[in-house]
Amino acid sequence: MSDLALPGIRAIKPTLSRDDKIMRGFIVMVGVWMVVAVLLPLYFMLSKSAEDHDGNFIGLANFQEYFSTPALFYSIENSFFIAIISTLITITLAFQFAYALTRSTIPGKGAFKTIALIPILAPSLLPAISFVYFFGQQGVIKELLFGNEIYGPIGIIMGEVFYTFPHALMILITALSTADGRLYEAALSLRASRTKIFFTVTLPGIKYGLISAVFVVFTLVITDFGIPKVIGGQFNVLATDIYKQVIGQQNFEMGAVVSVVLLIPAILAFIVDRIVQRKQVALLTARAVPYEAKPARGFDFFMLAYCALIGFLILAILGMAIYASFITFWPYNMTFSLTNYNFDVMDGGGWNSFSNSITMAAYTAVIGTTIIFTGAYMVEKAKGFGAVRGTIQFLCILPMAVPGMVLGLAYIFFFNHPDNPLNFIYGTMAILVICTISHFYTVSHLTAMTALKQMDPEFEAVSASLKVPFYKTFIQVTVPVCLPAILDISIYLFVNAMTTVSAVIFLYSTETNLASVAALNMDDAGDVAPAAAMCVMIVFVSATVRIFHALFTRGMAKRSQLWRQR
Amino acid sequence: MSDSTEPYLKINGVTKMFDDFTALKDVSLEIFEGEFVCFLGPSGCGKTTLLRAIAGLDIQTSGSVQQGGTDISNLPPSERDFGIVFQSYALFPNLSISRNVGYGLENRKASKAEITARVSELLELVGMPEQGDKYPAQLSGGQQQRVALARALATSPGLLLLDEPLSALDAKVRVHLRHEIKQLQHQLGVTTIMVTHDQEEALTMADRIVVMNEGTIDQVGTPLEIYRHPTSPFVADFVGTMNFLKAVITGSDKVRIGDAEIGLASPLEDARDGSIVTVCVRPEDVIARDIATKADNIIETVVKDLEFLGSFYRAMLLLNDNQGSILLADFSINLVRDIGIEEGKTIQVRIPSSRIRVFSDSEGS
Repeated sequence: MSDLALPGIRAIKPTLSRDDKIMRGFIVMVGVWMVVAVLLPLYFMLSKSAEDHDGNFIGLANFQEYFSTPALFYSIENSFFIAIISTLITITLAFQFAYALTRSTIPGKGAFKTIALIPILAPSLLPAISFVYFFGQQGVIKELLFGNEIYGPIGIIMGEVFYTFPHALMILITALSTADGRLYEAALSLRASRTKIFFTVTLPGIKYGLISAVFVVFTLVITDFGIPKVIGGQFNVLATDIYKQVIGQQNFEMGAVVSVVLLIPAILAFIVDRIVQRKQVALLTARAVPYEAKPARGFDFFMLAYCALIGFLILAILGMAIYASFITFWPYNMTFSLTNYNFDVMDGGGWNSFSNSITMAAYTAVIGTTIIFTGAYMVEKAKGFGAVRGTIQFLCILPMAVPGMVLGLAYIFFFNHPDNPLNFIYGTMAILVICTISHFYTVSHLTAMTALKQMDPEFEAVSASLKVPFYKTFIQVTVPVCLPAILDISIYLFVNAMTTVSAVIFLYSTETNLASVAALNMDDAGDVAPAAAMCVMIVFVSATVRIFHALFTRGMAKRSQLWRQR
Repeated sequence: MSDSTEPYLKINGVTKMFDDFTALKDVSLEIFEGEFVCFLGPSGCGKTTLLRAIAGLDIQTSGSVQQGGTDISNLPPSERDFGIVFQSYALFPNLSISRNVGYGLENRKASKAEITARVSELLELVGMPEQGDKYPAQLSGGQQQRVALARALATSPGLLLLDEPLSALDAKVRVHLRHEIKQLQHQLGVTTIMVTHDQEEALTMADRIVVMNEGTIDQVGTPLEIYRHPTSPFVADFVGTMNFLKAVITGSDKVRIGDAEIGLASPLEDARDGSIVTVCVRPEDVIARDIATKADNIIETVVKDLEFLGSFYRAMLLLNDNQGSILLADFSINLVRDIGIEEGKTIQVRIPSSRIRVFSDSEGS
């Protein structure tokens, strides 16, 4: 909306209503959050990468040093190698799984999907620990590796595939289930073969979903810290390098350099994903007829066998962690006991780190959902203020491009800076909550936006004409109607806060130790079984909260079925 | 309705730009208290933009809007006095019908009993008593539209704005509601503006129609004026069906179409013999009966096609002008039978001079 008017004619300057002012105030607050919690820390990290130990500006000297140290820059190759191989395997496996769930008539689809989503509930170190028990020195089936070492690329790739499988699966299921059945009927009536239909109808239809899944998995793998930390052995990747530089050698400047190096592929993947997402709009028109799979005996049997195998593997990996956590002293004393759950006597963090995690996850869920949903509402529904809204919209999507390790390190540089007035939150629960909300902001924001865009755009206009302030309509209409999305956001934040290690590893203090970090540190200290036990506790809490969420959602759907349209 | 001649709503020189696109160009209009006015035009003509400017939902770039003597040009919607009904109804899905209708009252320090009384009065008014406990999703489209209307009227606004309120409905419901809304408006006397692209809707409901085209007002007038005396080829074409025939001026009140001489009711302004004009006549004004008794304005044509449209026939008549021009004419079933009109037959038709509109060619068409 421009202020241009014909020359000599007075342009109208709209008076802002109270609603407009309040909304703009909120938008500015979201902007301030993004600047303080994301942009400024990143800026401090970038400038740190161009400084020496004493804080003098030395240009690109650190980068020069980095690229002349083979031990460091070999990690780039390692990271890309791991990310590319893991992505290929995950996408192949997840695609076939998604295909089975959407395009076959196998029984138990719900159960298979639930099992396939289990890895989301676990910290990424859980599969790594399980693989140690399967294939490590005292592993039960280490012969299957034919003398190869699990510690290294093999272990990392296997762990990453487990960890990223559900993320790829969800995107691919969505892509595959938005098929237009009429296209298939047309292809069949033209007597196209099954293969031809797959390459001319199915693949083009899910093209964008497939590309999106590739980049999501690639980013998850290249930025993951937990798995290479536990099972990487001497095989260095960028994420573990940051940790080693900062925690091991206290070389913050080099940590910043590695962060910048890691930031680049993450940002590139992010940009490609954004471009792809933009192209995906409205592939499915309102007139499309949903595709319905028809029974085909051989195909269905094959798909059922495949899903059963994948499901079995996922359960086996989870089961191994649970099993190992109850073994008194592997492999010498194989009796069951709760010894490993006696966290208070372990190095790495006691039971209080577990309760800290729950506290942190609860704060993140409640505060994060409030800020993110309210912020998304203001950005979506405010009138005018175009440039600011556009900028903030961009800032809300930015955190997705920032790897957790990078964000965590950036927080050290920014919040631990002696001149920062916010210095006091360093080492507190608050900084963990702020960091976690910011880290997982984007997906939550997009979920909120999707829900808000489905609301009638005229609700606010009607309220204004009835002289009802917008916040009343927000509370009485928007929130109840968007409740499913709001619950989705809060459960997403809760589970991620429970399982995340990457960002918070740099930010916890002895009073605010977290369960996932404790598991990592116990593993580091050689207490692998207690680490497994802690991971099991995290899965237990995440799963319990998920189940309550599902029950609550179902109850709510029942209560609101009177007014909620399908 | 008040007797004052002062307009209730005064729109003066309103221009609305969206970046480089000018949606409204210097639009001025006066609407009087108690009037039912329709903004009619094709999509993209600026009618909804003008409505949203009046509501303050998309405030104009320049120009002023006055309501009841006060300048409201720059006020936000919440500080203006109007009720609005959208094409989508925008009913709050999670609130019952009663709460939807009472939504604007809850905020006005009215007591619970007062609200309840007013809500049932309104539901009665829109013909939906005892439906208050249902939710919008349980109602049909037409019923939802009535609820939206009741909600907009609840706070007794001075101005009622209807943005394509009927276009999401089935044809039958639409015709029925059209009548009801008009009755209700008449009964309450509330000044009403309705945006529509449906000329039939505008013709049947409005006291006055504002025909808009490309961001400007083409013509303002009563339905009969708009239909009978369109002042531009655009209006003539957009409202109803119209024949546009090329003609040559042969005198101050005469033109020639093909080889037929056509007399006009009044002399042409600025008539130069030999210049080309466009003659407009509606299909229903073409007469085929009792031709013999009259001598003027007769054209000989060949029936090229006869299309049965239920209550009448629409004939495509080929003119003898060597250009293959077609004259559309509506003939009743009786007439077709009586005269024996059939394809390929040559018939004579008459165009009464009082029903002819002439536009100079510079006005386009």
